[in-house]
Amino acid sequence: MSSIRTIQDQIIDDFELLADDREATIFYLMELGDKMTSLPEAYKLDENLIKGCQSKVWLHSDFKDNRVLFEADSNTDITRGLISLLVRILSGQTPDDIINTDLDFIEKIGMGQIIGSQRSNGFASMIKQIKMYALGYKTKVAIS
Amino acid sequence: MDEEVNTIARTIDITAVRAQFPILQRQVNGFPLAYFDNAATTQKPQAVIDALTNYYTTYNSNIHRGVHALAEEATTAFEQTRTAVQQFVNAREEEEIIFTKGTSESINLVAATYGKAFVNEGDEIIITGMEHHSNIVPWQMLCEEKGAVLRVIPISDSGEIAIEDLKQTLSDKTKIVSVCLASNALGTINPVKDIISLSQAAGAVVMLDAAQALPHMQVDVQALNCDFLAASAHKMYGPTGVGILYGKRKLLEKMPPYQGGGEMIKEVTFARTTYNEIPFKFEAGTPNIGDVIAYKSAIDFINSLGKKNIAAYEDELIDHAIKGFLSIDKVELIGTARERVSVLSFSIKGMHPFDIGMMLDATGIAVRTGHHCTMPLMDRFAIEGTVRASFAVYNTIPEVDRLIDAVSKIAGRAKG
Repeated sequence: MSSIRTIQDQIIDDFELLADDREATIFYLMELGDKMTSLPEAYKLDENLIKGCQSKVWLHSDFKDNRVLFEADSNTDITRGLISLLVRILSGQTPDDIINTDLDFIEKIGMGQIIGSQRSNGFASMIKQIKMYALGYKTKVAIS
Repeated sequence: MDEEVNTIARTIDITAVRAQFPILQRQVNGFPLAYFDNAATTQKPQAVIDALTNYYTTYNSNIHRGVHALAEEATTAFEQTRTAVQQFVNAREEEEIIFTKGTSESINLVAATYGKAFVNEGDEIIITGMEHHSNIVPWQMLCEEKGAVLRVIPISDSGEIAIEDLKQTLSDKTKIVSVCLASNALGTINPVKDIISLSQAAGAVVMLDAAQALPHMQVDVQALNCDFLAASAHKMYGPTGVGILYGKRKLLEKMPPYQGGGEMIKEVTFARTTYNEIPFKFEAGTPNIGDVIAYKSAIDFINSLGKKNIAAYEDELIDHAIKGFLSIDKVELIGTARERVSVLSFSIKGMHPFDIGMMLDATGIAVRTGHHCTMPLMDRFAIEGTVRASFAVYNTIPEVDRLIDAVSKIAGRAKG
């Protein structure tokens, strides 16, 4: 498992190639969304929906060998692309690493300009939910 | 020459029209802006921007009751807009035009005053299944308060209502029928002439939500004989924050005031307040003076082109767009009414409207995506939302071609 830092740097490099080409960036995000494994229908439950997103985003988590595993899905392709980035960086990391991480790739790839302020808020909700899960697992380990 | 003939003979000089809208020179994401979100709000001609600047630069003042020169100038300009609106919708008297902050407030005003006075328990209010939330929620609130019942006329697959359904629903319990003249999500123009005569024969008053109609077609409140009509300035090249409510004098006079405050009173003592005459009875507080004044320039702009010319030109744009869209595989038009304004809702199989909207935006094309404040209508078509392109008089055929090409390219990527 690569570190959060390493994966973020890869993503920053990938987006640098797209430079300021907005159309290419959007298409790239959609391709990423296409490639992401779909969440099984059984997990597309209302309780897995993330609040604060304009489109529907489902997030399912699991915990094995002190690693938090994430699977996610959305009803829009661009959002799938966005969450695929988060899954790529954070799924398989330890709770502590997830809780303490600074996701600076968001600023470095100019996410705000790409997706606009309303979707940025939704994206922030996703990250918050991911960190909440990590904190939950950490607490569970501590008390067991 | 007869003015009517003169108007028809003139055609739209699109270069001259576009030159009046500074924002159309903008580049978006490296492409020239193609603005197709006109049903949400239109862009403003320089004359409207200038009128606003001129008011704040040279004669800003509170209106009515001022004795100084600025107050006089501002009052005159404010009331000139009222006259312009009266003539624009052909109301009998200018006192029948009330300024509000928008269509929503105009509808709320009628629900809160006429509704308060004349709707009782067990009474019914009729709307259609294609209404904007602004023409649903105020009536729901009224029904809840009064124990009245909201009845909804269903929509066909083409996005139209059947007059027969209205006939079945009307009864002596019906107190208000409130329908859109043109649908914001589908473009459908409703058969309001029939709706009005049938509803009035049943003893109801009729309110028209004309927000989408006024910028695109001739609307004559006397010929229609509607009781109330609501619209927004910002959807017809004017500023945001200004709406109009037309109401027949005899109804407005019977209605209690909407809000209390300055302007709407005749005499105030601590024991009792008497109310001003219409329209001021419904215009409590300092109104949006600058924007109301600038609104007149928007009306002048529409009049300078001629409503019939605008309608004919926009029909050309929408017909061209529909033809282009029908030839694209995987594209489905939502709403195919024969009578329509220049609003086109569509979806692409296997693709979410948000994704389509963002891809179009990446090439400088502005559309609206989502439920268009008509969630019940989206439920009716079992969809989450649509992509909506809505045209104004400054849009061009080459711009529509850009839209068709871009949608065609996007549809080519769709999985559906």
